[in-house]
Amino acid sequence: MRLAGRFGGAALSLVMVAVLGFFLFRVVPGDPVVSMTRGRPTTAAAQDALRAQFGLDRPLHEQFWSYFTGLLRGDLGTSFTFRRPVAEVIGDRIGPTLLLVGTSTLVAVLLGLWLGVRAGWRRGSVFDRVTTGASLALWSVPTFWLGMLLMMATGEVFPSRGMRDTDTAPDFVSQSLDVAHHLVLPSVTLVAVVCAEYVLVMRSSLLQETAAPYLVTARAKGLRDDLVRRRHAVPNAVLPAITLVFLRFGLVVGGAITTETVFSWPGLGLLFYDALTGPDYFLLQGLLVVTAAAVVVMNLLADLLHGVLDPRVEVV
Amino acid sequence: MSRGVFPADRAGVAGAVVLAVAALVALAAPLLVPADALDVTRVSDAAWQPPGAGHWLGTDHTGRSVALLVVRGTGTSLFVGLTAAVLSVGIGTLVGILSGHVGGLFSGALLRVTDFFLVLPSLVLAIALSTVLPRGLGTIVVAIGLTSWPSTARMVRAQTLTVEARPFVDRARALGGGHVHVVVRHVLPAVVPLVLVNATLAVASSIVAESTLAFLGLGDPTRISWGALLHQAQLHGAVPRGAWWFLLPPGLAIVVVVLAFTLVGRALEAVVTPRG
Repeated sequence: MRLAGRFGGAALSLVMVAVLGFFLFRVVPGDPVVSMTRGRPTTAAAQDALRAQFGLDRPLHEQFWSYFTGLLRGDLGTSFTFRRPVAEVIGDRIGPTLLLVGTSTLVAVLLGLWLGVRAGWRRGSVFDRVTTGASLALWSVPTFWLGMLLMMATGEVFPSRGMRDTDTAPDFVSQSLDVAHHLVLPSVTLVAVVCAEYVLVMRSSLLQETAAPYLVTARAKGLRDDLVRRRHAVPNAVLPAITLVFLRFGLVVGGAITTETVFSWPGLGLLFYDALTGPDYFLLQGLLVVTAAAVVVMNLLADLLHGVLDPRVEVV
Repeated sequence: MSRGVFPADRAGVAGAVVLAVAALVALAAPLLVPADALDVTRVSDAAWQPPGAGHWLGTDHTGRSVALLVVRGTGTSLFVGLTAAVLSVGIGTLVGILSGHVGGLFSGALLRVTDFFLVLPSLVLAIALSTVLPRGLGTIVVAIGLTSWPSTARMVRAQTLTVEARPFVDRARALGGGHVHVVVRHVLPAVVPLVLVNATLAVASSIVAESTLAFLGLGDPTRISWGALLHQAQLHGAVPRGAWWFLLPPGLAIVVVVLAFTLVGRALEAVVTPRG
Protein backbone atom coordinates (compact mmCIF):
# COMPACT_ATOMS: atom_id res chain seq x y z
CA MET A 1 0.00 0.00 0.00
CA ARG A 2 2.67 2.47 1.09
CA LEU A 3 4.83 1.28 -1.79
CA ALA A 4 1.95 1.98 -4.18
CA GLY A 5 1.73 5.50 -2.75
CA ARG A 6 5.45 6.05 -3.44
CA PHE A 7 5.13 4.89 -7.05
CA GLY A 8 1.95 6.94 -7.47
CA GLY A 9 3.74 10.04 -6.16
CA ALA A 10 6.64 9.49 -8.56
CA ALA A 11 4.22 9.00 -11.46
CA LEU A 12 2.44 12.25 -10.57
CA SER A 13 5.83 14.02 -10.46
CA LEU A 14 6.65 12.69 -13.93
CA VAL A 15 3.35 14.09 -15.26
CA MET A 16 4.19 17.42 -13.61
CA VAL A 17 7.61 17.33 -15.30
CA ALA A 18 5.90 16.87 -18.66
CA VAL A 19 3.44 19.73 -18.03
CA LEU A 20 6.24 22.01 -16.83
CA GLY A 21 8.34 21.24 -19.90
CA PHE A 22 5.44 22.09 -22.19
CA PHE A 23 4.33 25.35 -20.60
CA LEU A 24 7.81 26.70 -19.91
CA PHE A 25 8.48 26.83 -23.64
CA ARG A 26 4.97 27.76 -24.85
CA VAL A 27 3.62 30.38 -22.46
CA VAL A 28 6.77 32.49 -22.41
CA PRO A 29 6.75 35.79 -24.30
CA GLY A 30 7.95 35.84 -27.89
CA ASP A 31 7.59 33.59 -30.87
CA PRO A 32 9.85 30.53 -30.64
CA VAL A 33 10.26 30.38 -34.42
CA VAL A 34 11.39 34.01 -34.56
CA SER A 35 14.02 33.53 -31.85
CA MET A 36 15.20 30.19 -33.25
CA THR A 37 15.72 31.69 -36.71
CA ARG A 38 17.32 34.90 -35.39
CA GLY A 39 20.47 35.76 -37.29
CA ARG A 40 19.62 33.44 -40.18
CA PRO A 41 18.13 34.63 -43.46
CA THR A 42 14.47 33.51 -43.47
CA THR A 43 11.30 34.58 -45.21
CA ALA A 44 7.85 34.87 -43.64
CA ALA A 45 6.76 31.85 -45.69
CA ALA A 46 9.66 29.77 -44.36
CA GLN A 47 8.75 30.75 -40.81
CA ASP A 48 5.12 29.72 -41.43
CA ALA A 49 6.35 26.40 -42.77
CA LEU A 50 8.42 25.90 -39.61
CA ARG A 51 5.43 26.76 -37.41
CA ALA A 52 3.36 24.19 -39.28
CA GLN A 53 6.18 21.61 -39.03
CA PHE A 54 6.48 22.06 -35.25
CA GLY A 55 2.67 22.27 -34.86
CA LEU A 56 2.91 25.78 -33.39
CA ASP A 57 0.02 27.02 -35.57
CA ARG A 58 -2.48 24.75 -33.83
CA PRO A 59 -4.44 25.63 -30.67
CA LEU A 60 -2.61 25.13 -27.36
CA HIS A 61 -4.68 22.18 -26.15
CA GLU A 62 -4.10 20.29 -29.42
CA GLN A 63 -0.37 21.00 -29.15
CA PHE A 64 -0.36 19.73 -25.60
CA TRP A 65 -2.23 16.56 -26.51
CA SER A 66 0.08 15.65 -29.36
CA TYR A 67 3.12 16.53 -27.18
CA PHE A 68 1.87 14.43 -24.30
CA THR A 69 0.90 11.37 -26.35
CA GLY A 70 4.26 11.78 -28.14
CA LEU A 71 6.08 11.64 -24.80
CA LEU A 72 4.33 8.38 -23.91
CA ARG A 73 5.59 6.92 -27.19
CA GLY A 74 9.10 8.25 -26.50
CA ASP A 75 8.75 11.00 -29.13
CA LEU A 76 10.23 14.30 -27.89
CA GLY A 77 9.73 16.29 -31.10
CA THR A 78 12.30 17.37 -33.67
CA SER A 79 15.48 19.30 -32.95
CA PHE A 80 15.71 22.52 -34.94
CA THR A 81 19.51 22.66 -35.12
CA PHE A 82 20.19 18.95 -35.62
CA ARG A 83 17.18 18.34 -37.93
CA ARG A 84 16.73 14.98 -36.19
CA PRO A 85 14.33 13.60 -33.56
CA VAL A 86 15.24 15.00 -30.13
CA ALA A 87 15.04 11.51 -28.57
CA GLU A 88 17.72 10.27 -31.01
CA VAL A 89 20.01 13.25 -30.40
CA ILE A 90 19.71 12.77 -26.63
CA GLY A 91 20.19 8.99 -26.92
CA ASP A 92 23.52 9.51 -28.73
CA ARG A 93 24.85 11.66 -25.89
CA ILE A 94 23.73 9.66 -22.85
CA GLY A 95 26.75 7.32 -22.80
CA PRO A 96 29.50 9.90 -22.17
CA THR A 97 27.41 11.60 -19.46
CA LEU A 98 26.72 8.31 -17.69
CA LEU A 99 30.46 7.57 -17.77
CA LEU A 100 31.42 11.00 -16.38
CA VAL A 101 28.62 11.31 -13.82
CA GLY A 102 28.86 7.65 -12.75
CA THR A 103 32.63 7.70 -12.19
CA SER A 104 32.56 11.06 -10.45
CA THR A 105 29.62 10.21 -8.17
CA LEU A 106 31.22 6.93 -7.14
CA VAL A 107 34.56 8.55 -6.30
CA ALA A 108 32.88 11.55 -4.62
CA VAL A 109 30.65 9.35 -2.45
CA LEU A 110 33.47 7.07 -1.28
CA LEU A 111 35.91 9.91 -0.67
CA GLY A 112 33.28 12.24 0.83
CA LEU A 113 31.88 9.69 3.26
CA TRP A 114 35.37 8.57 4.34
CA LEU A 115 36.59 12.14 4.93
CA GLY A 116 33.31 13.05 6.64
CA VAL A 117 33.59 10.13 9.08
CA ARG A 118 37.24 10.88 9.86
CA ALA A 119 36.49 14.58 10.41
CA GLY A 120 33.33 14.09 12.47
CA TRP A 121 34.81 11.41 14.75
CA ARG A 122 37.65 13.69 15.81
CA ARG A 123 35.63 16.87 16.00
CA GLY A 124 37.76 19.97 16.42
CA SER A 125 41.02 18.20 15.50
CA VAL A 126 43.39 19.61 12.91
CA PHE A 127 42.16 17.04 10.38
CA ASP A 128 38.55 18.07 11.04
CA ARG A 129 39.27 21.77 10.73
CA VAL A 130 41.26 21.36 7.52
CA THR A 131 38.68 19.03 5.94
CA THR A 132 35.68 21.16 6.94
CA GLY A 133 37.40 24.37 5.89
CA ALA A 134 38.43 22.92 2.54
CA SER A 135 34.91 21.58 1.96
CA LEU A 136 33.30 24.93 2.73
CA ALA A 137 35.77 26.65 0.40
CA LEU A 138 35.20 24.10 -2.38
CA TRP A 139 31.44 24.41 -1.89
CA SER A 140 31.85 28.13 -2.68
CA VAL A 141 33.85 27.50 -5.87
CA PRO A 142 31.95 27.73 -9.15
CA THR A 143 32.39 24.38 -10.93
CA PHE A 144 33.31 25.88 -14.28
CA TRP A 145 36.02 28.07 -12.78
CA LEU A 146 37.64 25.13 -11.00
CA GLY A 147 37.64 23.30 -14.35
CA MET A 148 39.33 26.19 -16.12
CA LEU A 149 41.95 26.46 -13.36
CA LEU A 150 42.73 22.73 -13.50
CA MET A 151 43.03 22.95 -17.26
CA MET A 152 45.48 25.83 -17.02
CA ALA A 153 47.47 24.36 -14.11
CA THR A 154 48.02 20.94 -15.71
CA GLY A 155 48.94 22.38 -19.09
CA GLU A 156 49.53 19.59 -21.61
CA VAL A 157 49.60 16.68 -19.13
CA PHE A 158 45.94 15.80 -19.59
CA PRO A 159 43.84 16.40 -22.68
CA SER A 160 41.28 19.11 -22.02
CA ARG A 161 38.93 18.84 -24.97
CA GLY A 162 36.56 16.06 -26.00
CA MET A 163 36.52 12.39 -25.12
CA ARG A 164 39.02 10.71 -27.47
CA ASP A 165 41.77 11.63 -29.92
CA THR A 166 41.24 10.91 -33.59
CA ASP A 167 44.66 9.27 -34.02
CA THR A 168 44.30 6.63 -31.29
CA ALA A 169 44.66 3.00 -32.38
CA PRO A 170 41.24 1.39 -32.93
CA ASP A 171 41.73 -1.57 -30.56
CA PHE A 172 39.70 -1.70 -27.35
CA VAL A 173 42.57 -1.25 -24.89
CA SER A 174 44.04 1.85 -26.56
CA GLN A 175 40.59 3.37 -26.96
CA SER A 176 39.69 2.76 -23.30
CA LEU A 177 42.99 4.21 -22.09
CA ASP A 178 42.45 7.25 -24.30
CA VAL A 179 38.95 7.84 -22.91
CA ALA A 180 40.22 7.36 -19.33
CA HIS A 181 42.98 9.89 -20.03
CA HIS A 182 40.40 12.39 -21.27
CA LEU A 183 38.15 11.62 -18.30
CA VAL A 184 40.70 12.73 -15.66
CA LEU A 185 40.20 16.50 -15.64
CA PRO A 186 36.39 16.62 -16.00
CA SER A 187 35.87 13.98 -13.32
CA VAL A 188 38.33 15.59 -10.89
CA THR A 189 36.40 18.86 -11.33
CA LEU A 190 33.04 17.24 -10.70
CA VAL A 191 34.34 15.16 -7.77
CA ALA A 192 35.89 18.19 -6.03
CA VAL A 193 32.66 20.18 -6.05
CA VAL A 194 30.22 17.37 -5.28
CA CYS A 195 32.46 15.70 -2.70
CA ALA A 196 32.52 18.84 -0.53
CA GLU A 197 28.78 18.54 0.00
CA TYR A 198 29.03 14.85 0.95
CA VAL A 199 31.81 15.54 3.47
CA LEU A 200 29.70 18.13 5.27
CA VAL A 201 26.59 15.92 5.21
CA MET A 202 28.43 12.83 6.49
CA ARG A 203 30.21 14.83 9.18
CA SER A 204 27.05 16.36 10.62
CA SER A 205 25.27 13.02 10.37
CA LEU A 206 28.03 11.36 12.41
CA LEU A 207 28.07 14.24 14.92
CA GLN A 208 24.40 13.58 15.64
CA GLU A 209 25.26 10.01 16.56
CA THR A 210 28.28 10.74 18.79
CA ALA A 211 26.14 11.61 21.81
CA ALA A 212 23.91 8.54 21.43
CA PRO A 213 23.61 6.24 24.50
CA TYR A 214 24.41 3.09 22.48
CA LEU A 215 27.94 4.41 21.93
CA VAL A 216 28.41 4.76 25.68
CA THR A 217 27.26 1.15 25.99
CA ALA A 218 29.65 0.05 23.26
CA ARG A 219 32.55 1.80 24.98
CA ALA A 220 31.50 0.41 28.36
CA LYS A 221 31.76 -3.06 26.87
CA GLY A 222 35.42 -2.26 26.41
CA LEU A 223 35.43 -1.95 22.62
CA ARG A 224 38.32 -0.11 21.09
CA ASP A 225 37.50 3.39 19.80
CA ASP A 226 38.12 2.18 16.26
CA LEU A 227 35.52 -0.59 16.60
CA VAL A 228 32.96 1.71 18.22
CA ARG A 229 33.27 3.93 15.18
CA ARG A 230 33.26 1.22 12.52
CA ARG A 231 30.67 -1.19 13.92
CA HIS A 232 28.31 1.14 15.79
CA ALA A 233 28.42 4.83 14.86
CA VAL A 234 29.11 4.69 11.13
CA PRO A 235 26.42 2.15 10.12
CA ASN A 236 23.77 4.36 11.74
CA ALA A 237 25.17 7.67 10.54
CA VAL A 238 25.73 6.55 6.96
CA LEU A 239 22.03 5.91 6.24
CA PRO A 240 20.79 9.51 6.12
CA ALA A 241 23.98 10.45 4.27
CA ILE A 242 23.40 7.87 1.54
CA THR A 243 19.79 9.00 1.14
CA LEU A 244 21.03 12.56 0.74
CA VAL A 245 23.44 11.41 -1.93
CA PHE A 246 20.47 10.29 -4.00
CA LEU A 247 18.38 13.34 -3.10
CA ARG A 248 21.10 15.75 -4.20
CA PHE A 249 21.42 14.06 -7.58
CA GLY A 250 20.10 17.30 -9.12
CA LEU A 251 23.30 18.98 -7.93
CA VAL A 252 25.44 16.51 -9.89
CA VAL A 253 23.31 17.14 -12.98
CA GLY A 254 23.89 20.89 -12.67
CA GLY A 255 27.63 20.35 -12.19
CA ALA A 256 27.77 18.08 -15.24
CA ILE A 257 26.37 20.83 -17.49
CA THR A 258 29.15 23.31 -16.69
CA THR A 259 31.90 20.68 -16.50
CA GLU A 260 31.01 19.24 -19.91
CA THR A 261 30.82 22.76 -21.35
CA VAL A 262 34.29 23.68 -20.09
CA PHE A 263 35.91 20.43 -21.28
CA SER A 264 33.80 19.93 -24.43
CA TRP A 265 32.86 16.48 -23.08
CA PRO A 266 30.38 15.19 -25.68
CA GLY A 267 27.51 14.37 -23.30
CA LEU A 268 24.10 15.75 -22.36
CA GLY A 269 25.62 18.76 -20.57
CA LEU A 270 27.37 19.97 -23.69
CA LEU A 271 24.17 19.29 -25.61
CA PHE A 272 22.38 21.54 -23.10
CA TYR A 273 24.88 24.28 -23.88
CA ASP A 274 24.40 23.79 -27.63
CA ALA A 275 20.61 23.90 -27.14
CA LEU A 276 20.66 27.13 -25.15
CA THR A 277 23.04 28.92 -27.50
CA GLY A 278 20.82 28.02 -30.50
CA PRO A 279 18.34 28.46 -28.94
CA ASP A 280 16.78 25.14 -29.86
CA TYR A 281 13.60 25.08 -27.76
CA PHE A 282 12.51 21.55 -28.61
CA LEU A 283 15.91 20.11 -27.75
CA LEU A 284 15.98 22.16 -24.54
CA GLN A 285 12.48 20.95 -23.65
CA GLY A 286 13.49 17.35 -24.29
CA LEU A 287 16.63 17.71 -22.15
CA LEU A 288 14.66 19.34 -19.34
CA VAL A 289 12.07 16.54 -19.38
CA VAL A 290 14.70 13.77 -19.53
CA THR A 291 16.95 15.15 -16.75
CA ALA A 292 14.00 16.05 -14.49
CA ALA A 293 12.52 12.58 -15.01
CA ALA A 294 15.91 11.01 -14.16
CA VAL A 295 16.04 13.01 -10.92
CA VAL A 296 12.48 11.96 -10.00
CA VAL A 297 13.43 8.31 -10.55
CA MET A 298 16.59 8.72 -8.44
CA ASN A 299 14.44 10.09 -5.61
CA LEU A 300 12.10 7.16 -5.80
CA LEU A 301 15.14 4.89 -5.57
CA ALA A 302 16.39 6.86 -2.55
CA ASP A 303 13.07 6.32 -0.77
CA LEU A 304 12.95 2.63 -1.53
CA LEU A 305 16.63 2.13 -0.65
CA HIS A 306 16.25 3.94 2.65
CA GLY A 307 13.35 1.70 3.58
CA VAL A 308 15.40 -1.40 2.77
CA LEU A 309 18.62 -0.25 4.48
CA ASP A 310 17.01 1.10 7.62
CA PRO A 311 14.14 -0.98 8.99
CA ARG A 312 13.34 1.76 11.52
CA VAL A 313 12.16 3.99 8.69
CA GLU A 314 8.65 3.38 7.50
CA VAL A 315 8.24 4.32 3.88
CA VAL A 316 5.37 6.75 4.29
CA MET B 1 22.50 34.63 25.15
CA SER B 2 22.20 35.21 21.47
CA ARG B 3 24.22 38.42 21.73
CA GLY B 4 27.25 36.70 23.18
CA VAL B 5 27.61 33.83 20.72
CA PHE B 6 28.19 35.53 17.40
CA PRO B 7 31.39 37.46 18.19
CA ALA B 8 32.88 34.23 19.55
CA ASP B 9 32.62 32.69 16.10
CA ARG B 10 35.80 33.98 14.50
CA ALA B 11 34.97 32.60 11.06
CA GLY B 12 31.61 34.38 11.15
CA VAL B 13 33.22 37.69 12.14
CA ALA B 14 35.82 37.32 9.37
CA GLY B 15 32.97 36.71 6.91
CA ALA B 16 31.11 39.80 8.11
CA VAL B 17 34.25 41.93 7.68
CA VAL B 18 34.77 40.62 4.13
CA LEU B 19 31.15 41.42 3.27
CA ALA B 20 31.46 44.95 4.65
CA VAL B 21 34.54 45.52 2.46
CA ALA B 22 32.79 44.05 -0.59
CA ALA B 23 29.78 46.30 -0.04
CA LEU B 24 32.07 49.35 0.23
CA VAL B 25 33.87 48.39 -2.97
CA ALA B 26 30.53 47.95 -4.77
CA LEU B 27 29.26 51.34 -3.58
CA ALA B 28 32.52 53.15 -4.31
CA ALA B 29 33.05 51.48 -7.71
CA PRO B 30 31.72 54.47 -9.72
CA LEU B 31 34.28 56.68 -7.91
CA LEU B 32 37.16 54.18 -8.14
CA VAL B 33 36.69 53.37 -11.81
CA PRO B 34 36.72 56.25 -14.32
CA ALA B 35 33.80 55.88 -16.76
CA ASP B 36 35.95 55.59 -19.90
CA ALA B 37 38.56 53.24 -18.41
CA LEU B 38 36.33 50.26 -19.25
CA ASP B 39 35.05 51.54 -22.59
CA VAL B 40 36.44 49.19 -25.24
CA THR B 41 36.48 51.95 -27.88
CA ARG B 42 38.56 54.34 -25.75
CA VAL B 43 41.08 51.98 -24.21
CA SER B 44 44.46 52.25 -25.88
CA ASP B 45 46.52 49.78 -23.82
CA ALA B 46 47.79 46.52 -25.28
CA ALA B 47 45.63 43.42 -24.86
CA TRP B 48 46.67 40.42 -22.70
CA GLN B 49 49.31 42.30 -20.70
CA PRO B 50 50.52 40.32 -17.68
CA PRO B 51 50.44 42.06 -14.31
CA GLY B 52 53.01 44.83 -14.16
CA ALA B 53 53.64 48.47 -13.46
CA GLY B 54 50.85 49.89 -15.64
CA HIS B 55 48.12 47.46 -14.61
CA TRP B 56 48.73 45.61 -11.39
CA LEU B 57 46.39 42.77 -12.48
CA GLY B 58 47.13 42.91 -16.21
CA THR B 59 44.71 43.53 -19.06
CA ASP B 60 41.99 41.52 -20.81
CA HIS B 61 41.51 40.71 -24.51
CA THR B 62 40.61 44.35 -25.28
CA GLY B 63 43.29 46.00 -23.16
CA ARG B 64 41.02 46.89 -20.23
CA SER B 65 42.41 46.62 -16.70
CA VAL B 66 41.36 43.37 -15.03
CA ALA B 67 41.54 44.99 -11.58
CA LEU B 68 39.07 47.70 -12.58
CA LEU B 69 36.78 45.13 -14.25
CA VAL B 70 36.63 43.04 -11.08
CA VAL B 71 35.90 46.14 -8.96
CA ARG B 72 33.18 47.13 -11.40
CA GLY B 73 31.66 43.65 -11.36
CA THR B 74 31.27 43.59 -7.57
CA GLY B 75 28.05 45.60 -7.63
CA THR B 76 26.32 43.42 -10.23
CA SER B 77 27.21 40.16 -8.51
CA LEU B 78 26.16 41.41 -5.07
CA PHE B 79 22.96 42.97 -6.44
CA VAL B 80 21.85 39.80 -8.22
CA GLY B 81 22.81 37.65 -5.23
CA LEU B 82 20.86 39.80 -2.76
CA THR B 83 17.72 40.38 -4.86
CA ALA B 84 17.49 36.75 -6.00
CA ALA B 85 17.89 35.62 -2.38
CA VAL B 86 15.14 38.02 -1.24
CA LEU B 87 12.81 36.77 -3.99
CA SER B 88 13.58 33.12 -3.29
CA VAL B 89 13.28 33.38 0.49
CA GLY B 90 10.18 35.58 0.14
CA ILE B 91 8.37 33.00 -1.99
CA GLY B 92 9.60 30.20 0.28
CA THR B 93 8.37 31.94 3.44
CA LEU B 94 4.97 32.70 1.92
CA VAL B 95 4.46 29.15 0.63
CA GLY B 96 5.79 27.65 3.86
CA ILE B 97 3.53 29.67 6.17
CA LEU B 98 0.50 29.11 3.92
CA SER B 99 0.99 25.36 3.68
CA GLY B 100 1.70 25.12 7.42
CA HIS B 101 -1.12 27.37 8.56
CA VAL B 102 -4.06 26.69 6.23
CA GLY B 103 -4.15 22.89 6.34
CA GLY B 104 -6.39 20.55 4.40
CA LEU B 105 -6.35 19.84 0.70
CA PHE B 106 -4.77 23.22 -0.11
CA SER B 107 -1.77 22.50 2.12
CA GLY B 108 -1.42 19.04 0.65
CA ALA B 109 -1.32 20.47 -2.86
CA LEU B 110 1.21 23.18 -1.88
CA LEU B 111 3.41 20.58 -0.20
CA ARG B 112 3.25 18.38 -3.29
CA VAL B 113 4.34 21.29 -5.52
CA THR B 114 7.10 22.24 -3.06
CA ASP B 115 8.47 18.70 -2.97
CA PHE B 116 8.29 18.52 -6.74
CA PHE B 117 10.41 21.65 -7.19
CA LEU B 118 12.70 20.62 -4.33
CA VAL B 119 14.02 17.60 -6.19
CA LEU B 120 14.25 19.17 -9.66
CA PRO B 121 17.75 20.33 -10.59
CA SER B 122 17.40 24.08 -9.96
CA LEU B 123 20.27 25.02 -12.27
CA VAL B 124 18.61 23.21 -15.18
CA LEU B 125 15.34 25.07 -14.55
CA ALA B 126 17.15 28.39 -14.15
CA ILE B 127 18.94 27.82 -17.47
CA ALA B 128 15.65 26.99 -19.20
CA LEU B 129 13.97 30.11 -17.78
CA SER B 130 16.78 32.47 -18.68
CA THR B 131 16.92 31.02 -22.20
CA VAL B 132 13.24 31.68 -22.94
CA LEU B 133 13.02 35.10 -21.22
CA PRO B 134 14.67 38.20 -22.71
CA ARG B 135 18.30 38.73 -21.58
CA GLY B 136 18.73 41.06 -18.63
CA LEU B 137 19.49 41.37 -14.93
CA GLY B 138 15.79 40.99 -14.11
CA THR B 139 15.65 37.66 -15.93
CA ILE B 140 18.64 36.32 -14.00
CA VAL B 141 17.11 37.37 -10.68
CA VAL B 142 13.74 35.80 -11.60
CA ALA B 143 15.36 32.62 -12.92
CA ILE B 144 17.35 32.08 -9.72
CA GLY B 145 14.61 33.24 -7.34
CA LEU B 146 11.85 31.16 -8.91
CA THR B 147 13.90 27.96 -8.86
CA SER B 148 15.52 28.03 -5.40
CA TRP B 149 12.64 28.69 -2.95
CA PRO B 150 11.53 25.12 -2.03
CA SER B 151 14.08 24.42 0.74
CA THR B 152 13.03 27.62 2.54
CA ALA B 153 9.38 26.65 2.13
CA ARG B 154 10.00 23.21 3.67
CA MET B 155 11.81 24.68 6.64
CA VAL B 156 9.29 27.49 7.26
CA ARG B 157 6.42 25.01 7.00
CA ALA B 158 7.99 22.76 9.63
CA GLN B 159 8.54 25.71 11.97
CA THR B 160 4.96 26.96 11.40
CA LEU B 161 3.55 23.54 12.27
CA THR B 162 5.70 23.39 15.42
CA VAL B 163 4.60 26.81 16.61
CA GLU B 164 0.93 26.25 15.87
CA ALA B 165 0.94 23.05 17.91
CA ARG B 166 1.97 25.01 21.01
CA PRO B 167 -0.68 25.76 23.67
CA PHE B 168 -0.28 29.54 23.52
CA VAL B 169 -1.53 29.53 19.93
CA ASP B 170 -4.61 27.53 20.97
CA ARG B 171 -5.14 30.11 23.70
CA ALA B 172 -4.85 32.98 21.22
CA ARG B 173 -7.42 31.28 19.00
CA ALA B 174 -9.76 30.65 21.92
CA LEU B 175 -9.55 34.34 22.79
CA GLY B 176 -10.79 35.16 19.29
CA GLY B 177 -7.49 35.66 17.43
CA GLY B 178 -8.07 35.28 13.68
CA HIS B 179 -5.71 33.91 10.98
CA VAL B 180 -3.96 37.24 10.57
CA HIS B 181 -3.41 37.60 14.30
CA VAL B 182 -1.99 34.10 14.68
CA VAL B 183 0.30 34.38 11.68
CA VAL B 184 1.56 37.90 12.36
CA ARG B 185 1.88 37.76 16.15
CA HIS B 186 2.86 34.15 16.73
CA VAL B 187 4.10 32.39 13.60
CA LEU B 188 6.17 35.18 12.03
CA PRO B 189 8.29 35.99 15.11
CA ALA B 190 9.19 32.31 15.38
CA VAL B 191 9.99 32.01 11.68
CA VAL B 192 11.98 35.21 11.11
CA PRO B 193 15.32 34.11 12.65
CA LEU B 194 15.38 30.93 10.55
CA VAL B 195 14.41 32.92 7.48
CA LEU B 196 17.29 35.33 8.03
CA VAL B 197 19.77 32.46 8.27
CA ASN B 198 18.34 30.92 5.13
CA ALA B 199 18.47 34.24 3.30
CA THR B 200 22.17 34.65 4.11
CA LEU B 201 22.96 31.18 2.77
CA ALA B 202 20.69 31.82 -0.23
CA VAL B 203 22.77 34.88 -1.19
CA ALA B 204 25.82 32.62 -1.36
CA SER B 205 24.20 30.09 -3.67
CA SER B 206 22.55 32.85 -5.75
CA ILE B 207 25.94 34.45 -6.45
CA VAL B 208 27.30 31.08 -7.63
CA ALA B 209 24.16 30.57 -9.75
CA GLU B 210 24.51 34.04 -11.27
CA SER B 211 28.13 33.39 -12.19
CA THR B 212 27.17 30.04 -13.76
CA LEU B 213 24.36 31.54 -15.86
CA ALA B 214 26.61 34.42 -16.92
CA PHE B 215 29.40 31.96 -17.76
CA LEU B 216 27.01 30.06 -20.04
CA GLY B 217 26.33 33.36 -21.85
CA LEU B 218 22.86 33.86 -20.37
CA GLY B 219 23.73 37.04 -18.45
CA ASP B 220 22.98 40.66 -19.21
CA PRO B 221 25.37 41.50 -22.08
CA THR B 222 25.49 45.18 -21.07
CA ARG B 223 26.65 44.58 -17.49
CA ILE B 224 30.00 43.54 -16.07
CA SER B 225 29.75 40.77 -13.50
CA TRP B 226 32.32 38.26 -12.24
CA GLY B 227 30.62 35.45 -14.10
CA ALA B 228 30.46 37.53 -17.29
CA LEU B 229 34.23 38.20 -17.03
CA LEU B 230 34.89 34.45 -16.82
CA HIS B 231 32.60 33.98 -19.83
CA GLN B 232 34.79 36.45 -21.74
CA ALA B 233 37.93 34.69 -20.51
CA GLN B 234 36.64 31.34 -21.80
CA LEU B 235 35.34 32.83 -25.08
CA HIS B 236 38.60 34.59 -25.93
CA GLY B 237 40.89 31.73 -24.92
CA ALA B 238 42.44 32.92 -21.69
CA VAL B 239 43.24 29.29 -20.77
CA PRO B 240 45.25 28.33 -23.90
CA ARG B 241 47.02 31.71 -23.71
CA GLY B 242 47.95 31.03 -20.09
CA ALA B 243 46.41 34.38 -19.08
CA TRP B 244 45.99 33.43 -15.42
CA TRP B 245 45.61 37.08 -14.47
CA PHE B 246 42.28 37.24 -16.33
CA LEU B 247 41.06 33.93 -14.86
CA LEU B 248 42.07 34.14 -11.19
CA PRO B 249 40.76 37.53 -9.95
CA PRO B 250 37.05 37.20 -10.90
CA GLY B 251 36.91 33.59 -9.66
CA LEU B 252 38.67 34.40 -6.39
CA ALA B 253 36.27 37.30 -5.88
CA ILE B 254 33.32 34.90 -6.23
CA VAL B 255 34.86 32.34 -3.86
CA VAL B 256 35.75 34.91 -1.18
CA VAL B 257 32.33 36.61 -1.16
CA VAL B 258 30.37 33.34 -1.35
CA LEU B 259 32.48 31.84 1.44
CA ALA B 260 31.90 34.99 3.52
CA PHE B 261 28.12 34.71 3.14
CA THR B 262 28.30 30.99 4.00
CA LEU B 263 30.38 31.60 7.13
CA VAL B 264 28.09 34.40 8.32
CA GLY B 265 25.07 32.18 7.60
CA ARG B 266 26.54 29.29 9.61
CA ALA B 267 27.44 31.60 12.50
CA LEU B 268 23.86 32.96 12.54
CA GLU B 269 22.55 29.40 12.35
CA ALA B 270 24.56 28.46 15.44
CA VAL B 271 22.97 31.41 17.28
CA VAL B 272 19.42 30.66 16.15
CA THR B 273 19.48 26.89 16.63
CA PRO B 274 22.05 26.13 19.34
CA ARG B 275 23.39 22.59 19.27
CA GLY B 276 25.36 20.70 21.87
